[in-house]
Amino acid sequence: MIKKILILLFLIVPVNVNALIEVDITRGNLNPLPIAVSPLSIDEASRKGFEKILNKENIGSEISNIVENNLRTSGLFNPLDKKAFLQAPDIANLKPRFEDWNLIKAQALITGKVNYVDEKLRVEFRLWDVLAAKEMMALAFTTVPDNWRRVGHIISDKVYERLTGEKGYFDTRIIYVSEEGPKTQRIKKLAIMDQDGANNKFLTLGNELVLTPRFNPASQMVTYLSYFKNMPRVYLLDIETGTQEVVGDFPGMTFAPRFSPDGKKIIMSFAKDGKSDIYTMDLQNRIVEKITNHPSIDTSPSYSPDGKFITFNSDRSGYQQIYVMKNDGSDVKRISFGNGLYGTPVWSPRGDLIAFTKLHKGKFYIGVMRTDGSGERLLTENYYQEAPSWSPNGRVLIFYRETKTNSKGEGFSAKLWSIDLTGYNERQIKTPTDASDPSWSSLLSN
Amino acid sequence: MRLNKILKNTLLVLTACLVLSACATKKEVATDIKGQMQGDVYTGTDTVEYLADGVPDRVFFATNESILTTASRETLRAQAGWLRKNPNINVVLEGHADERGTREYNLALGERRANAAKDYLMTYGISSDRITVLSYGKERPVDSGSNPLAWSKNRRSVTVKAN
Repeated sequence: MIKKILILLFLIVPVNVNALIEVDITRGNLNPLPIAVSPLSIDEASRKGFEKILNKENIGSEISNIVENNLRTSGLFNPLDKKAFLQAPDIANLKPRFEDWNLIKAQALITGKVNYVDEKLRVEFRLWDVLAAKEMMALAFTTVPDNWRRVGHIISDKVYERLTGEKGYFDTRIIYVSEEGPKTQRIKKLAIMDQDGANNKFLTLGNELVLTPRFNPASQMVTYLSYFKNMPRVYLLDIETGTQEVVGDFPGMTFAPRFSPDGKKIIMSFAKDGKSDIYTMDLQNRIVEKITNHPSIDTSPSYSPDGKFITFNSDRSGYQQIYVMKNDGSDVKRISFGNGLYGTPVWSPRGDLIAFTKLHKGKFYIGVMRTDGSGERLLTENYYQEAPSWSPNGRVLIFYRETKTNSKGEGFSAKLWSIDLTGYNERQIKTPTDASDPSWSSLLSN
Repeated sequence: MRLNKILKNTLLVLTACLVLSACATKKEVATDIKGQMQGDVYTGTDTVEYLADGVPDRVFFATNESILTTASRETLRAQAGWLRKNPNINVVLEGHADERGTREYNLALGERRANAAKDYLMTYGISSDRITVLSYGKERPVDSGSNPLAWSKNRRSVTVKAN
């Protein structure tokens, strides 16, 4: 499904190194950067060409809307109202009148142009520093017209990277579990969508219970738990071909799967005789290794990005706590020592933090701590929420939240939410059905 | 090994009982919601079905626990008697957790609960060949309420005929 679509990328002008605007993403951003996203200009022939293929009246505006929406939801930017723009898109792309943009308090400006060339979509865009009256970046892409949404996401990633100094996370997908029906008989399906909720697609039919899908680093394969034939087992799904296979040959329930950072192994729990231990299976030679061996519940394993360590959840102390060990299972250290229970540890792609779910005094929290357990910080509190998954740049967490039912057991819902590592910018991610167990892909293009 | 585990379980049950009775004297109101809970273990019959006359199909657990209560052991002894009388029947023990825990841990907890029931049936002479354990974690609650009574009904191991 994720076809490697060739996106040609040209640097029109060398990137200007002495940037003047900068966005600090390490703190909660209470003053998002005012940015003007001028609609990408389009000539009439190109407009008609795309209208015919894509059924969109003005693809230039559509793409700029994607960019605008991405930048707004990041919480770091404040895209200004287009009605206030004084300069026409085509002229602005050639040479902005900086005074005009300054007047509406824009600090940065995005302009661009769309062309229909040999049945392909060619997009160029420029990022301008309004106060310094300078071009900061100029890029062009050529791709198949169907890829227009991805072009919007790639532009957003480039702008984000140029202004924050870190990679973006917009050209990505979310795999999750779609939920429908009464709480006592939920029907669950695997579903995938773009990070902004577009292009939602169901990957299973809902005939069997499915849980906890997770991407591999290439975002082509997914590992998840399926109750196919009422046998809960870890499966591997190729989302491009739709082929599925069970992982390993275990005489009992396997669950809580994740890929290793190189994508070559699956790490998971195997439950037997009331104990759950952590195992890995090499996807090439099928060799299974037992990593933990303890009469407790050991589950929710997650590798450090260098693959050398594993964080996991265990109740060996009597209650659910978070541990870190070497990848061969040696050197087990408990790292959570605060009040309450801790679960679902997941290592940040940057390597410095572990995100987790905490249950304390009847409330659920999503939080982060350093990998030695120090610096615990709770980002959000709610009736029920769990299962954080990191954006590929390690700046945003996505998780799911469930509502309390009323005295008649009505009013249940499960939704996806995201929050910045700073604890700011909490947002619901709209899904066609109820949703849980989100997993964020890597950047699809780099 | 198995005997060891049973001994350990019995001990734990004893301590649990002590703790419970201590709680009961301290604040009697908490003892039950309409007489349906003891501590936080469900003792009512609302959701219980019967495998045969006098043979309840399920046992209930305290929060985060997989220890069998006195009532649970009584239920399982009745199930063992019924299984001995019906040697052709095999069963699936379905372990469940309430909604107040993380999904993956709850899957393991459901498995642990069903195994506690399985171990007990085995000490009453039921062959492990006749028992399959299946954990649903928190995926299949019987009561969709968000309150302690509903949660207590959902923390359970249910014995289901497999054939």
